[in-house]
Amino acid sequence: MEVRITGPKTAFELLGIPITETIINTWIIMIVLIVGAYLLTRNFKRFPSGTQNTIEMMVEGVNGFTAFIMGEKRMGFAPYFGTLIIYLFLANTMGLLGFRPPTADINTTAALATLTFIAIHYYGIRAKGWHYLKGFTEPFILFLPMNIIGEIAKPFSLAFRLFGNIAGGVIIMGIIYSLMPVGIPAPLHIYFDLFAGLIQTFVFTVLSMVFIQMAMD
Amino acid sequence: MTGFDAFFIAGMAALGAGMAMIGGLGPGIGQGYAAGKAVEAVARQPEAQGRIMTTMFLGQAVAETTGIYSFIIAFILIGIVNQVM
Repeated sequence: MEVRITGPKTAFELLGIPITETIINTWIIMIVLIVGAYLLTRNFKRFPSGTQNTIEMMVEGVNGFTAFIMGEKRMGFAPYFGTLIIYLFLANTMGLLGFRPPTADINTTAALATLTFIAIHYYGIRAKGWHYLKGFTEPFILFLPMNIIGEIAKPFSLAFRLFGNIAGGVIIMGIIYSLMPVGIPAPLHIYFDLFAGLIQTFVFTVLSMVFIQMAMD
Repeated sequence: MTGFDAFFIAGMAALGAGMAMIGGLGPGIGQGYAAGKAVEAVARQPEAQGRIMTTMFLGQAVAETTGIYSFIIAFILIGIVNQVM
């Protein structure tokens, strides 16, 4: 196996648009999530049992987590962050099944970071109105450029952190597979795919939550 | 890319990629420091372990950012090596 560090392979072209591995793997995640959501939530009853218990536990976990970080009155963000957690977790740990993780592509992480960026300023302006924009000139007017650069740096650091961690894992795993394909990669998969994937899912979600919350109060 | 031959450009880009990864020192020290302080905090207050771990991971992830930046610069430079050779 050759070590590919220049990014995902282009599988085929559709109407002149290159369809990369990233897009195909994202489609796979979408299919898994849509089919899973349909199959697992079909027969919900008044008194839960089996899978319904597990799903209710997951939903309660996400709700509790959102309340823990953002406070009880911002529970409305829980569905968005729940979706983000499920997607990022599946995407980051896809390397375990031999796929290239979609988050090892700067385009995916930049899109997610852009969502957070829009959410920060939309909810900031909605919560505080004019005072939010005025907050950029604090402590005094000369800090305006600094504050604007700081705001632009947030989505960049979110996107590059997730991308760098996952892409680094992919490259190191590629090098190890080319050196010693038997035995040694197994424990390293647990570290680079499972542990780093979980931690990065957690970090991306918590930082998004904290940024939105900071903009709102 | 004019004036230089491909070997020179590739060699310099590869050197630059190696040098960029010196930036990995900083996050290593920072994360180790955060982990050490977290151990101290857990030893003093074992009941607050959950919160301490959460805060530690978050702080370490933020400290890691500069290392990730140098990694991405190295990544781009290696891309130049591939492109030129």
